[in-house]
Amino acid sequence: MLRPDLAIIADRIEPGARVLDVGCGDGALMAALRDTKQVDARGLELDAGNVAAAVSRGLSVIQGDADIDLKEYPDASFDYAILSQTLQTAHRPDVVLDHLLRIGRRAFVSFPNFAHWRVRLSLLWGGRMPVTRLLPEQWFDTPNIHHVTIDDFRGFVKARDIAVEGAWFLSGDKQTTSAAANFRAEHAVFLLSSNESAEPKLSPRGSQH
Amino acid sequence: MDDTRFGLARHVTLPGPLRLDGGALLSPVEIAYETYGTLNADRSNAILICHALTGDQHVASRHPVTGKPGWWERMVGPGKPVDPARHFIICSNVLGSCMGSSGPATVNPATGAPWGMSFPVITIRDMVRAQAMLLDHLGIDTLAAVVGGSMGGMQTLSWPATFPDRVRAVVIIASTARHTAQNIAFHEVGRQAVMADPKWRGGAYYEEADPPSAGLAVARMAAHITYLSEAGLTAKFGRRLQARDAKSFGFDADFQIESYLRHQGISFVDRFDANSYLYITRAMDYFDLAEEHGGHLANAFRATKARFCLVSFDTDWLYPTAESRAIVHALNAAGAPVSFVELSSPFGHDAFLLEAPELNRVVDGFLRAGA
Repeated sequence: MLRPDLAIIADRIEPGARVLDVGCGDGALMAALRDTKQVDARGLELDAGNVAAAVSRGLSVIQGDADIDLKEYPDASFDYAILSQTLQTAHRPDVVLDHLLRIGRRAFVSFPNFAHWRVRLSLLWGGRMPVTRLLPEQWFDTPNIHHVTIDDFRGFVKARDIAVEGAWFLSGDKQTTSAAANFRAEHAVFLLSSNESAEPKLSPRGSQH
Repeated sequence: MDDTRFGLARHVTLPGPLRLDGGALLSPVEIAYETYGTLNADRSNAILICHALTGDQHVASRHPVTGKPGWWERMVGPGKPVDPARHFIICSNVLGSCMGSSGPATVNPATGAPWGMSFPVITIRDMVRAQAMLLDHLGIDTLAAVVGGSMGGMQTLSWPATFPDRVRAVVIIASTARHTAQNIAFHEVGRQAVMADPKWRGGAYYEEADPPSAGLAVARMAAHITYLSEAGLTAKFGRRLQARDAKSFGFDADFQIESYLRHQGISFVDRFDANSYLYITRAMDYFDLAEEHGGHLANAFRATKARFCLVSFDTDWLYPTAESRAIVHALNAAGAPVSFVELSSPFGHDAFLLEAPELNRVVDGFLRAGA
């Protein structure tokens, strides 16, 4: 069983596509894409144990850091670049996103929404940095150094003239509507493309913006 | 090819000629090798193991001189990632070495005497070409994989660059695409130690039966330091004294590390030829795969469809992780499927020869994926 945000991504990638999974963990998404859709998947992962696990499943995964190693990938070398649950851990999420859209013709980005009502409640009433199901670490040991909300992200891509081709929102592992997503969704998945690309876009299913 | 006994020593004299990078033609070409397992019907399960500087073809069989187990029995053998139950395993002594393949200690048929320093200078690519000649002799067109560490990794890296269609998977462990100034510097210290030994006699010491052992031992001592890590040396020896309670105020081996290095040097000369040491270190120093491909390492891999797997060790300062990363980046640029992981070990460069469960797990998974 794929994590729900990964399942959303996997459902929307065409068979035979070339995919780069940045922060691929133990390769669960890559393996699913390879086994069900004959996708040519490559991965980048920081943790050596995860890399060993992924390689031992027969996947092509490089140990490396999204903040450092993405610049080594050639332009437009993949159909999709995927960044799941990793954006908020990057030192320079903006630079990482630029690289994703340079390397992939499209990019899937998923992240936990820091404006979910539970997070807001925790800060409002508890006055403490929230510890929730999707953000389980304390302020001092969390790898999440750039907390972002759905509205922050929408503003960010708009300001940078990045096209949003699709967006999906999750609450309690179930998909939810885009209405009041910034308040109700724990988790968001965006499909992005660089507006410079002249090519006509396929229209993946999902709530359009 | 019917006898599948483990570690069966084999030797073949091929007519050649082999055109060497240095311009010379080598003929005949002698190759000592071992095979393990059985070649399958469609000849698709052959794996070539490439050995390091002082290694040999006895990858998983008892060494004829030292009596020690094969040098990579942790990687090659029943139940290991390279398994004779599934693979036809080949390991040949590199060109220039001294365990049966053509080298300075073998006889030059033109003179009837050992080549000595008249043996032509060889390169890593020459070693690979000799291996390809052996495959031709064995009737193997394509290798399922080529696997090697250190200088063995240089050969495995050269394989897809030299014969892009003859190898399907490449494993490069604790290695590099070129020798750095520091790598060359350490080798030059070793070579000068050999040449400074009066018994070296310009390389013509074979008839005297009195080889330049002192020089070769010093060369080995210097090199051996580069195979270890400071943390490893500190843990193993620290400043502990060797079989004494106090410093001797002399130049005996007071410290355990001195005694250990002297032992490494002395035991090495029993099994290795000094001239071979000169030739092989030279081949390693000349190695720069990018230089062979117009200065761009990625160009070395544009013609191949092989899959690649690289492993480095965090305490290896001889061929540090950055060297593996440079190869990975070039492979990425060439669009080749590549996996890479830096493993943690206190043992420095030597880690690839030691017990490393993660290394086995990675290599096993990588090799099985292509099967």
